Amino acid sequence: MTAQNNDVLLRVENLKMHFPIFRGVLRRQVGAVHAVDGVSFDVMRGETLGLVGESGCGKSTTGRTILQLYKATGGNVIFDGVDLVSLKAEEMRKTRRKIQMIFQDPYASLNPRMTVADIVAEPMVVHSVATGKEIKERVDYLLDVVNLNPAFASRYPHEFSGGQRQRIGIARALALQPSFIVCDEPISALDVSIQAQVVNLLEDLQKQFNLTYLFIAHDLSMVRHISKRVAVMYLGVIMELANRDDLYREPLHPYTQALLSAVPIPDPVADAQRKRVLLEGDVPSPVNPPSGCRFRTRCPIADKICAESRPDFREVKPGHFVACHMV
Amino acid sequence: MAQSTPTGDNSLLQDSIPTRKIGWFERLLGPENYRILTGLLKTPASVIGFVLIGFFIIIALMAPLLAPPVTPNDPYRIPRDGFSSDPKPPGTEWKKNVMPLPFWWKTFVGTETMTHIMGTSEGQYDIFYGIIWGTRTAFKTGLVVTISTLLFGVIVGSISAYYGGIVDNIIMRIVDVLLILPGILAALILAAVLTPRIGKSLVPTMTALIAFGWMGYARIIRGDILSVKERDYVLAARVIGVKDNRILFRHIIPNAVFPTLVLASLAVGDVVLSFAALSFLGIGTEVGYADWGQVLSFARNWITSLDTYWYIVIWPGLTLVMFVMGWNLVGDALRDVLDPRMRGKT
Repeated sequence: MTAQNNDVLLRVENLKMHFPIFRGVLRRQVGAVHAVDGVSFDVMRGETLGLVGESGCGKSTTGRTILQLYKATGGNVIFDGVDLVSLKAEEMRKTRRKIQMIFQDPYASLNPRMTVADIVAEPMVVHSVATGKEIKERVDYLLDVVNLNPAFASRYPHEFSGGQRQRIGIARALALQPSFIVCDEPISALDVSIQAQVVNLLEDLQKQFNLTYLFIAHDLSMVRHISKRVAVMYLGVIMELANRDDLYREPLHPYTQALLSAVPIPDPVADAQRKRVLLEGDVPSPVNPPSGCRFRTRCPIADKICAESRPDFREVKPGHFVACHMV
Repeated sequence: MAQSTPTGDNSLLQDSIPTRKIGWFERLLGPENYRILTGLLKTPASVIGFVLIGFFIIIALMAPLLAPPVTPNDPYRIPRDGFSSDPKPPGTEWKKNVMPLPFWWKTFVGTETMTHIMGTSEGQYDIFYGIIWGTRTAFKTGLVVTISTLLFGVIVGSISAYYGGIVDNIIMRIVDVLLILPGILAALILAAVLTPRIGKSLVPTMTALIAFGWMGYARIIRGDILSVKERDYVLAARVIGVKDNRILFRHIIPNAVFPTLVLASLAVGDVVLSFAALSFLGIGTEVGYADWGQVLSFARNWITSLDTYWYIVIWPGLTLVMFVMGWNLVGDALRDVLDPRMRGKT
């Protein structure tokens, strides 16, 4: 690791997001969806941290809670030395300049009644960082940066393709020159041929503007390509976090092993020969998560202790964290 | 595991958009709303509806030319040709209180003497005059009531959806209670209570129709706001740091209000029908005021001898039917166009 990588930009400490469930006439709380249940990790300045996991494991909720779009149930989100959770609404609104987000669905994340120019200019307007002609110049520049023709600025989102819309969303996220961007499955909704283009664009922009990404995805190959480090989530908890190469070469957590073995290999011979780790059953409900280790109900090596206590998130090797009693 | 290395030339992204030409009007409305409008204009039923509505708009605008008022200071007073109670058939000569000859009379009728072309009603009220000037009353009441209910409903519904929680609960329960009441009956009672206090005019009936007419709009805008509120672009606006009121007015309401507006624009027919119903029962305007319900109400005592006095019901009734049918035809077509299953067919 280089010295630059020791510079922590974002530190998430024991973050919890429980969504209450109300029932009955009196709307009494009868339970909670434990979407994120004690997540901790650091994101270094200039790196890309990949966050992977199945659908519904709390990846997106983690991203949104970091952005304070949900009021966290517990824990801290320390960005550049400031705890975002404790910020007042207006202070948080101003801090949003530095943290931006790219959305999954490019068809839903752009206001259909606004032109591309309005969409890209809005961040600058609401934070009063530019006026009149400056805004127009900057919009043209931003569109050019994401490889869109500035001549299209007066068009509406529906006139663009999925990849183009996603790039409009990226231009909007870049408008305030943020240092940190949460990419919430930015390529999942795109055609495969467009995915690579958008990922390459994100990489280029990272170099150009010294951006830090939290890259949420479920495409393991894509995460491997873009990330420096990777965190694996399961049922609201991070199971394993390591450097990309360590994690893909030598996954320690049984869940990571199963997850990686599910990645198809584009070679029928090799694919037929490899040993696959197959999990049984379904992901338990986050309303009633299993006691102890979240993964124990499906874990091939679970023992008694796994049901009794929750495993610590330990540093097994330098920079390689695992939450498992058996490792 | 083989690693897929994405290769790509970013310059390829600099592509052009070979789409059809999009006019300023479509830009202004947005794709979905434009589809609704063009869909409407392609349905024969709604075209007939628009023609009928247009026809009535012309009548209303040209009322002073079609039926020159006898009392220019009070044009809504239907001129009376005497006080005899028996209705007179179409073509009877107009003797007292004669309406000035309108410009079209010689061309179409060919004489220089004024007659009651649609006959007179009980009390010698001229039916033709009542219908022509009643068109203005219909549009006036229809538009005022519709716009007021719309505004009130949208404000209440937006508050309900935006604040949510207990506020939403209370407002929606009030709406539920008001919706349970049979609308026309409730309006009848309220109008009957208001009339002695305010005096006979359009106001009591309109107030009553507004008071019991806004709930539907509140419900619909609330539902649409609740759905739009959760869209990603609203979330994106929050991520950017847009303030709450700007989110509401720039991102939520513009995307939520259109169905409500459309619904309101078609409610004019129903409002006019309700108004006529109350007027027929004798509630609202003073006797002799030009409105269709009033003209119809003159026929109340002659209901058993309509074989002789058919004209006192047919003309105002037909007018009312055409007017309401115009709005309903557009409304039906609109329901088809808005139906998601019909998407792509128009």
